[in-house]
Amino acid sequence: MNQDNHSFSLANPNPSHLNLGQKISIAVGMLGIFLILITWGGLTLPRPDIFLSITIFMMMAGSIGFGYFSYKNKIPGIKNNNVWFDSFMNRGTWGWVFGIVLTALYIFLYWAPQYLGKASGDAANTGLVALFDPLSYLLKGQKASEWFVYGTLYTVAVLGMGVKYILKYRHNRYQIVRTLSVMFFQLGFAFLLPEFLMAMKEPYYDFKNMWPLNFYFFQDWSLDSMLADSSKLGWLMLTSGFLMMFLISPILTYFYGKRWYCSWVCGCGGLAETAGDPFRHLSDKSLFAWKLERWIIYSVLVFVTITSVALIYSYSYNRQGKIMATPQDVALIVIGLMLLGIILIWALKKYTQVFTKKMLIIVTSILGFIALMSALTFVTGSSNVFIIDTYQLKFWYGLFISQAFAGVIGVGFYPLLGNRVWCRFGCPMAAILGIQQKFFSRFRITTNGGQCISCGNCSTYCEMGIDVRAYAQKGQDIVRSSCVGCGVCAAVCPRGVLRLENGSTDITERTKQLRTIHVTEDEIKIL
Amino acid sequence: MKIVIIGNGISGITAARWIRKLSDHEITVISGESDYFYSRTALMYIYMGHMRKKDTQPYENWFWEKNRIHLIRAWVENIDFNHKTLQLKKAIQVNKTKPAPPKEIKYDKLIIATGSSPNKFGWPGQDLEGVRGLYSLQDLGYMERHSKNLKRAVIVGGGLIGIEMAEMFHSRNIPVTFLVREKSYWNNVLPLEESNMINQHIIENHIDLKLNTELKEIIDDGTGKVAAIITTEGEKIECGYVGLTAGVHPNISFLKNTDLEIGRGIKVNEYLETNIKDVYAIGDCAEQKNPLEGRRAIEAIWYTGRMMGETVAYNICDKKIKYNPGIWFNSAKFFEIEYQVYGNIQANPPEHHESIYWEHSEGNKSIRIVFDKNTSETLGFNLMGIRYRHELCEKWIREKTNIEEVLQNLGAANFDPEFYTQYENDLIDIYNQKTGKNISLKKRRSFNNFFKIFSK
Repeated sequence: MNQDNHSFSLANPNPSHLNLGQKISIAVGMLGIFLILITWGGLTLPRPDIFLSITIFMMMAGSIGFGYFSYKNKIPGIKNNNVWFDSFMNRGTWGWVFGIVLTALYIFLYWAPQYLGKASGDAANTGLVALFDPLSYLLKGQKASEWFVYGTLYTVAVLGMGVKYILKYRHNRYQIVRTLSVMFFQLGFAFLLPEFLMAMKEPYYDFKNMWPLNFYFFQDWSLDSMLADSSKLGWLMLTSGFLMMFLISPILTYFYGKRWYCSWVCGCGGLAETAGDPFRHLSDKSLFAWKLERWIIYSVLVFVTITSVALIYSYSYNRQGKIMATPQDVALIVIGLMLLGIILIWALKKYTQVFTKKMLIIVTSILGFIALMSALTFVTGSSNVFIIDTYQLKFWYGLFISQAFAGVIGVGFYPLLGNRVWCRFGCPMAAILGIQQKFFSRFRITTNGGQCISCGNCSTYCEMGIDVRAYAQKGQDIVRSSCVGCGVCAAVCPRGVLRLENGSTDITERTKQLRTIHVTEDEIKIL
Repeated sequence: MKIVIIGNGISGITAARWIRKLSDHEITVISGESDYFYSRTALMYIYMGHMRKKDTQPYENWFWEKNRIHLIRAWVENIDFNHKTLQLKKAIQVNKTKPAPPKEIKYDKLIIATGSSPNKFGWPGQDLEGVRGLYSLQDLGYMERHSKNLKRAVIVGGGLIGIEMAEMFHSRNIPVTFLVREKSYWNNVLPLEESNMINQHIIENHIDLKLNTELKEIIDDGTGKVAAIITTEGEKIECGYVGLTAGVHPNISFLKNTDLEIGRGIKVNEYLETNIKDVYAIGDCAEQKNPLEGRRAIEAIWYTGRMMGETVAYNICDKKIKYNPGIWFNSAKFFEIEYQVYGNIQANPPEHHESIYWEHSEGNKSIRIVFDKNTSETLGFNLMGIRYRHELCEKWIREKTNIEEVLQNLGAANFDPEFYTQYENDLIDIYNQKTGKNISLKKRRSFNNFFKIFSK
């Protein structure tokens, strides 16, 4: 009988053939993408206004049509049939092809935009970038840049695939509302509003994006543009940036967990939840991956903090006399903030026992290091806080983290590593929100008594690679810093075991109870 | 002390884990089916492409070494209870770096957790190629290999595995004929309305549901393979596969003609001890000599297997405790309709059981609460397409809470995702109409509401 065990074919012997509507939708979508590809290849199309409209229309129609024809004859419910048999979704040939094309797009965007047709100075764009000129003129009266191309395609992907996602989850109101939210924030806040601001000669600013995900916030050009006399709204952006960081975000995370941002508002999250949804099961669920995740994500957080402190300090150093704060003021503020952080964490350790000693030592040494370096700089009056030239730090953060990690690996590798690689391993914003979610939030995923059957659907479809089942089968509530609250674990659970909830009852007790423990110690007769 | 567990299903593995938590005993788990513990309830999802086999394994492979749970892949051929030894067939170490296991293994205490086998009722042709139940990984592999170019499958037996198998074939666009002996699906467990709802849902999923129909015989194609079946009505249905899902029985054939006391299953007392000292039986294969009131002697479900595993671990570690599964609960999913049950819900309720039942107009959600007509005590909850909190329902049943108090606080038991419509008011309206009372809902769905009531 043993030999039977080797027969689990990975290829479905009875593939579910695509229906006519799906085939037509794919053809329409591919035609839209084809126009992108040929212009990327260098062809400059005449009448880009017509061709761009056709391209965008076809890509949207293709993804929405595919969703419509995939689900219209199906009864609403979980639609994961054949996911692991599909070459596109199981790292098969089509998955690799898609991954390579996406990765190439990012490589060109970051390091070779001239090959996308971007012209410098006043010269006219060609190829792909030229295709997007009409829309750019329409929105802000300027020719397109490679980033405009990217932003438009990104938004088209979130909207088109967002509709598909809603069709897929049409039985689940949480998923519908959440997806409408990410679509709204992508279209309104990330795409249209910044373009309109530019049309009004205001700084390009995305109000929902905040430091440290918005690493550019503290860069000299960004601070300059917000502080410029010509800008009427610069003060609003500056204030809103700080309010988001220090007030709005902590409050919302306290009430709802980090999901309010990561799976409802954020652009990276928006793409991951819509265009990335077909790849969510590819995240690694192993304990090893979890360990790796914690090392990498907190290293990025330290990196971005150090770089940003250096940027702010150097900004004040280079703009002496032009802005109110002197470099000494900045150094003092940094020292103050770091010491405040240290006091806070020690107090929390003492009164709530949420931190272990090891965590305390690590955090104290990092904050202490930054404070010490700032103190040294205060004394020496050097132009850099961390010995290394600030612009070197900025360059390497930009190259390794913003470009290679967030872009190339984060999105380009969707079909290979899953849709949340950046959010899970890299995003410093997710790291901060995660720390708060773990220790000071009402959010948790509750396990419903003893109903778990350990099937593994929750873990498999967790895009963050959380082994949800490990908690559910113990009857333990799930409080994990990485959880973005997408709600898919609760949706795919065939036994109704999981629920995302916010509760104000003692938040440090969230994970204490193990509901599947059946025998209680006081029932036992010890022999 | 050396403890040997036969079977690596939920019962055997729960026992192993708890013995490790409670003691330092040497633990060996023997399985002929699979190297590692996997979730049997997830078999269907492997076939449907929702998960790979390894995704159904709740623990990573390093877990077993780390917790010093020794895994042997072998079928047990014979047990010598007098000398406390097991004879193994085709034994290999799951950890390939270890020396090959001996053919004979000694134990100080033995736990038998060998699960079930699908029932066959002596149908002509039941052993043909292409006829099989669905219980093990081997069964799944068999089904997979026979699915290629399959034109139609016939499923015999209207229980939980039958409907799962229908969903499996359906996911691959293989037409299914589903023979159900009863006049309505699973109507020995589900009340009439819920049973009808599932009938409709099965048909809606394009399954050829034949109620009041039994299998008469299976016809071969001349080469030993199934070609068609004939129903008791005399109808001939051509098919390439026959799924036998008419229940299961304890998988204990290898224990016949031993000193072990056997009925339908291995007879155990309330401490899960068999008639032979130091031998225990748990899970599907165990038969309670004195089942608790309202419970069956053999309960082949995941949850009781898990509870028995934990209970037997305590007993083996000299912390004696009786097996008590508590208030009945179970769950399933019929295609897209989830099902949860808590407490005493009967298909043919006794006279003093009164029930209030609400059903959504689209026929895919319902709530039923059963209470005692004379005392107004709440007895049970039956839910279709709606999720309720296990702990709170259990508390209300255990504390014999008055039905009206339950209804007023019912929202607190709702476990559906955020933004889902709550139907508790509709249920209360039905109660008010029925009784002429004027109860209203005081608590809506929220964690805090649940917590307040639950910790009272």
